[in-house]
Amino acid sequence: MVSAMENAVNAKSHLPVFQYFKNIYLLVVSILEGMAVTMSYLFRRPITIQYPYKMEESIDTVLPPQFRGILEVDLPYCIACLRCANTCPIDCIAIDLEKNAETKERFITRFDIDISKCMFCGLCVEGCSTGAIHHTKIFSGTSHYIENLVLEFVDTPVRPFKKPKSMEDIPFDKSGKIAKNKLKDFFSPPEFVIDHRKGEKYTRRVR
Amino acid sequence: MKELADRLFLMIFNIEPANSPYLALWYALIIFLASFILLNFAALFAGITSFVERRIAARIQSRIGPNLVGPQGIIQWLADGIKLFLKEDLVPKDADKILFRFAPYFVFTGLFGAFVALPFGYGIIAADLNIGIYYILAFTSLVVLGIIMGGWSSNSKWALFGALRSAAQIISYEIPTGLSLMIVIMLAGSLSTQSIIMAQGGWPWEWFVFHSPFTLVGFFIFFTSSLAEGNRVPFDLPEAESELVSGYNTEYSGLRFLIFPMAEWANMWVVGALVTLTYLGGWQVPGVSLEAIQSSLLLILIGIAIFCIKSLAVVFIIIQLRWTLPRVRVDQMAFVCWTYFVPISLLSLIGTMIWMLIFPWETIIGTVIRIVMFGIGAGVTIWYLLRIRYNYITDKPRFERFKEAPQWYPPWKMP
Ligand code: SF4
Ligand code: SF4
Repeated sequence: MVSAMENAVNAKSHLPVFQYFKNIYLLVVSILEGMAVTMSYLFRRPITIQYPYKMEESIDTVLPPQFRGILEVDLPYCIACLRCANTCPIDCIAIDLEKNAETKERFITRFDIDISKCMFCGLCVEGCSTGAIHHTKIFSGTSHYIENLVLEFVDTPVRPFKKPKSMEDIPFDKSGKIAKNKLKDFFSPPEFVIDHRKGEKYTRRVR
Repeated sequence: MKELADRLFLMIFNIEPANSPYLALWYALIIFLASFILLNFAALFAGITSFVERRIAARIQSRIGPNLVGPQGIIQWLADGIKLFLKEDLVPKDADKILFRFAPYFVFTGLFGAFVALPFGYGIIAADLNIGIYYILAFTSLVVLGIIMGGWSSNSKWALFGALRSAAQIISYEIPTGLSLMIVIMLAGSLSTQSIIMAQGGWPWEWFVFHSPFTLVGFFIFFTSSLAEGNRVPFDLPEAESELVSGYNTEYSGLRFLIFPMAEWANMWVVGALVTLTYLGGWQVPGVSLEAIQSSLLLILIGIAIFCIKSLAVVFIIIQLRWTLPRVRVDQMAFVCWTYFVPISLLSLIGTMIWMLIFPWETIIGTVIRIVMFGIGAGVTIWYLLRIRYNYITDKPRFERFKEAPQWYPPWKMP
């Protein structure tokens, strides 16, 4: 419709009279064609997922595999390369590594993801060479306390993973079990203890 | 209406109405009742259409639409109305308070007044004015007064822009509307809405649309320019959301705001009924003569049903157009009106005059031409249906591959 009118304003190639009637023809035909398209949509299946009212199957199967939900870290397979922490544009991943002075072994002592800051861009997932950090299909999580939105994946310090020859050996657990576990006490108020390692000023949340 | 009131009076009280002292009271009661029914019809139609439109729009966009309030969301419109009813009625600090408060009533009166002359069936009309069409055209012009009042008095640039656009638009499109209505008035030889319907017949080739190529053109011009007068998409420039926040009703809230969209939706019925009665044969039942309709209550009821179905079909097309076409620009709006609609409607007015002289309505050649015109109309409709089928079928394999579910989901199947 619009292009027909544009042509009418800048009629160059045709006789004005011819153009005039051609515009009318284009106007009518294009409107009818457009209406045929919209009308055909009345007979098509709507693609809305009526979450959470009418679900034929569980939401996990309905969501596409590339869905970017809350992040999860499969800590035993993290090689502690810090790539994810460095790529994150808004610094919501914090990883601490500590070295045992005697055995010279390194330990991951902290792997926190602040999902209240995370924008689910997926950059951290792309950089991870082992797939230890990945998106789950969990998207619904509310908490009364913003502190609860910091997911702490390290319970006890772990050794970084040694990368195997072939990536197929890494058994991924993408079911979101770990993240779900972390989100369990979403509604309970966080408890704080004084972190003695960092001095009186710092408090640390306990789960 | 007067005969109906007299007949009812005789039926209920068994007294000749002419020699009863309470006749004036009875008339007042009937007038009150009729306007009560019409007002409720307009309000209910506006409400329910707002819901139906959202459902249709949703399906066109592969969504579902409001479906949570009541079964299938059927009382969503009531919830919206109550919500707006409970909102605070704000008047901007620098607004012209009196005009601001009055504007919605002008809009509403302008539209509701049109319902008085709209017929529903044989004899079912609030007032069969002998200047019915003229009255409707004149009365609906009150709407633009309300819009300009509302826009100007809100003391907001968006509202003022909307009001100015509305003024420009309605004044330009009044001309093609009037000219294309003249065609019908000429053919029927009357301005009364009922006589215009009576001049047509039940079968499609007895409608005024298919009288000649010129009336077919006149039909499209009338339909489009009444869309423009009712500020419907693609001519919703006065309330262009993407440009003017909400246009002339930006500053309104609560009940006063509610009146504007309500009037807009009620106007859809006015457009639908006007198109039906002028060009699409009104309440005429196919194959039944006028005398038969007069004498049978059943046929009158069938006529009402036919009229409603035709009007609702037009309303559906208005809704579908809204969700198909983009909004035109202001210059395009004026351009289309003055270079296409006005000259073409003038031409078809003169053309119809000549046509009426050469091929009178009752002659054989006139009938043949009408049937041929109907054939053309039916051909275009069939082409349209085939295009719908084509669009559906071309997308089907892709849809079913991606969604792994059958694509067929007709509108009567509720999600
Ligand atoms: S998804 Fe984006 S924002 Fe979230 S942690 Fe990863 S890189 Fe940072
Ligand atoms: S999660 Fe992946 S990217 Fe992040 S430190 Fe561990 S191995 Fe490196």
